[in-house]
Amino acid sequence: MRTITIDPITRLEGHGKIDIFLNQDGEVENAYFQVPELRGFEKFCEGRPVEELPSIVTKICGVCPGCHHMASGKAVDAVFGVEPTATAKKIRELFYMAHFVHSHIAHFYALAAPDFVVGPTADPAERNILGVIAKVGLEIGTEVIKQRRIAQEIQALIGGHQTHVVMNIPGGVKKGITPEQRDDIVKKAEGFVEFSKFSIQLFKDVVLGNKDYVDLILNGPYSLVLHSMGLVDNNNLVNFYDGKVRVVDTKGNELYKYSAGEYIDYVEERVEPWSYLKFPYLKKIGWKGFIDGQDSSVYQATPLSRLNAADGMATPIAQKEYEFMYETLGGKPVHATLAMHWARLVELIYSAEHCLELAKDPDIIGKDLRTPLEKIVGEGVGVVEAQRGTLTHHYWTDDKGMVKKVNLIVGTTNNNAAICMSIKKAAQGLIKKGVEVNEGTLNMIEMAFRAYDPCFSCATHSLPGQMRMILNVRDEEGNILQSTKRE
Amino acid sequence: MSAEQTNPKPKLKLAVYWGSACGGCCVSVLDTHEKLLDIVAAADPVFWPIALDIKYKDVEAMPDQSIDLTLFNGAVRNSENKHIAELLRKKTKILVAYGSCAYMGGIPGLANFSGKSEVFERAYVETESTKNPERIFPVTEYPVKEGTLKLPEFFNDVLPLNKVVDVDYYIPGCPPQSERLIEVFTAIVSGAQLPPPGSVVGANDKTNCDECKRTKSENKTIDRFYRPWEIQDDKETCFLEQGVICMGPATRGGCGVRCVEGNSPCRGCYGPPPGASDPGAKMMSAIGTMINADKPEEIDEIIETIVDPAGLFYRFSLPGSILGRKVQ
Amino acid sequence: MDFRPKIVAFLCNWCAYTGADLAGTSRLHYAPNIRIIRIMCSGRIEPTFILKAFQQGADGVLVCGCHPGDCHYQEGNYKCLRRFKLLQKFTQQMGIEKDRLRLEWISASEGKQFAELVNDMTKTLLSMGPSKVKSSLEVEHLNV
Repeated sequence: MRTITIDPITRLEGHGKIDIFLNQDGEVENAYFQVPELRGFEKFCEGRPVEELPSIVTKICGVCPGCHHMASGKAVDAVFGVEPTATAKKIRELFYMAHFVHSHIAHFYALAAPDFVVGPTADPAERNILGVIAKVGLEIGTEVIKQRRIAQEIQALIGGHQTHVVMNIPGGVKKGITPEQRDDIVKKAEGFVEFSKFSIQLFKDVVLGNKDYVDLILNGPYSLVLHSMGLVDNNNLVNFYDGKVRVVDTKGNELYKYSAGEYIDYVEERVEPWSYLKFPYLKKIGWKGFIDGQDSSVYQATPLSRLNAADGMATPIAQKEYEFMYETLGGKPVHATLAMHWARLVELIYSAEHCLELAKDPDIIGKDLRTPLEKIVGEGVGVVEAQRGTLTHHYWTDDKGMVKKVNLIVGTTNNNAAICMSIKKAAQGLIKKGVEVNEGTLNMIEMAFRAYDPCFSCATHSLPGQMRMILNVRDEEGNILQSTKRE
Repeated sequence: MSAEQTNPKPKLKLAVYWGSACGGCCVSVLDTHEKLLDIVAAADPVFWPIALDIKYKDVEAMPDQSIDLTLFNGAVRNSENKHIAELLRKKTKILVAYGSCAYMGGIPGLANFSGKSEVFERAYVETESTKNPERIFPVTEYPVKEGTLKLPEFFNDVLPLNKVVDVDYYIPGCPPQSERLIEVFTAIVSGAQLPPPGSVVGANDKTNCDECKRTKSENKTIDRFYRPWEIQDDKETCFLEQGVICMGPATRGGCGVRCVEGNSPCRGCYGPPPGASDPGAKMMSAIGTMINADKPEEIDEIIETIVDPAGLFYRFSLPGSILGRKVQ
Repeated sequence: MDFRPKIVAFLCNWCAYTGADLAGTSRLHYAPNIRIIRIMCSGRIEPTFILKAFQQGADGVLVCGCHPGDCHYQEGNYKCLRRFKLLQKFTQQMGIEKDRLRLEWISASEGKQFAELVNDMTKTLLSMGPSKVKSSLEVEHLNV
């Protein structure tokens, strides 16, 4: 069987590789997405004092460290049997909204925009942030860098360190916000709202105004019909920091709704010998294989899943955009993988609006930062939405609060099986007998992967965005039959 | 026309690669924000998996020493990390161990408290949400119907970069502060005289205490140590004087003491100060001296309050420390 | 197997080293497994010295100083004791067995006690086997 290997996968956070196997007819027999890395946080956190974990687990990911810090902070609160003070909770959430703003901006402009603003099969030399800027103007490029920087500054102010934050302590946070700082954050958050409105308008003008793109989103070889997972508040509206986990099926009907501590009854993980990353699935259905459809136990936890699993958004502008998106795409739930980019923009608006709401809340400058601690319960679960999926931290400690065990289910991990299937589907849809594999093909396989995009899309800033790739098609002996290069 | 205009200076070829990493060091390059445009004006990124679609094959095809500067972040955890470290050493003039992981092992280095089999057992069998009764583990070669799938070998030990290749410079930090990166980069681009190979750059020569704004007194004897949540931090006094262990005295300065500004005690990510190769040993010496007791039983009682010495004093440096790992 | 434990000993100049000298001038027989390093005061001992000894293959490390109250520099031995106890907690966390790292006070007149100490420690290490600090390091086995 002929093999196409892509190693390493690029333009995302983390290591990965893809093997595509072609049969005699040159059609895709199977495709495997392998994750070649493992570090062992679930082991080496053992023996640490539990209050140190929020600062250790940020190092799981340097792009979404805030997410781990929040999930961990909540788990540690639960280990001590406390809730944070009202001020502390709002400070955490304010930080968290800034964190989402920075990440979603970076992602949209660097990752999504080139494929849509410039075009999925456009000349690779232009299909990058530079091409985007050429089309929409240098002003916007500079504005993207600036907004991202401002969001990072808010994170640093509240979180201590701008990347690996240190703010959480059992029962609250270590540092408060002064009235002057608050006034400054309010101004900045107003800027976020404006910029996020601008971003979604850009998307509407350039993408929705183009029939081919709409067709690609709805009918391209990417859609997987899977169940959707996301956190929702008491009104079943999207919330990133707190709430219950809600899972809806492929038709949008609620399957489960559970609180953080119950996750273990609903999610199970599978091991395959060809990947270091585990494969979560819905426990009550049981593993049915790498299939999609109503009977599958595979689910997705992405911005689109969050919007599918909820009944709406908790802030007004985001809610309007939520309704508009579903109207345009033909109702809920939406399974078109590329619509994740749109959902991300709706979330960007919500993050900006909620950031502003929290900054204006009088509690935010409160001085009561820590709930007193009285006991050690010895077990705690913290669940938040990371930018790329539902994030679960579960800790067990002894009676002195020293960690005995840790169990983690990380955002992107939720999507491992779905990513495998997306890649296989895209490869099967795009590589066909008799059709020459060219640069456009390569990019479109990447797009299947990129929509989930773990964290990163670094081309936020002007790098030479040429997506160079070499595709070698080999026969059984390993001789190269066809080589396509994209410079 | 000036000489520069007729003969523009060639751009530096720059590579940024990650071993067993979190991506934070790559983010630190981006967090130069507007200054990144200056960096890109002076340097051509030629290999950067997070950002560019250059594959391993492309690096193998590059002539030796054709990359001017490689920032290698992340620790060496598996055979792929080692292989690419060796490959990049061949292709690079100046190889920098960028960030705590490449410098001394970093947070992934905490895995050196166990070994491969314990990590695998926990990750793939014991974890409470994992269902794996057949005890399937990832393997380096796995035959499937269509062919063979390969994975890198997971080493028993985490290694800092300098245990597999010669390293020219170290830039410490988790991640290194972006302003420090700009300073180092500017120095290289300007052709300034570089310090001797093996030096730590992008950091200063004193400990964090020198830049810390908290008030310090001469009185540094401790009757007992406290975990951060056991006290109400007054937000002004040195943490150690309040009984909370802070790694500031044994940590090289250069980070701007950001964690302490956030009211969180330093955990030592910038590594040991000049003259000390093992940060934990120095800290143990200092802490030991501070204990305010002479009788063995009283000393024992105070030491009881230091709950995780190895994990605290070697939070970022276990693989690069004198012992290197827990005995197996 | 012909295992001969290697003990690295740090002895303070004023008491412990003199005591060891006395053992020698008294022609007392004791195990030859010990390698002595003389330092001016047990308070000079840093964890670095002890860790390096283990790293380089010592099966056991012995620290000896003046009895409490007798330190030539008044307080050095108290500092040594505090550091030593913290270091012991650390080395045990690192999997080095408690009996491999030992501290005893030896005065200048305690030649006999010194000899007995060395014999006792050698015997203990013989039963424990060699230290695995070096052999645990994989980098020794990776061809780098």
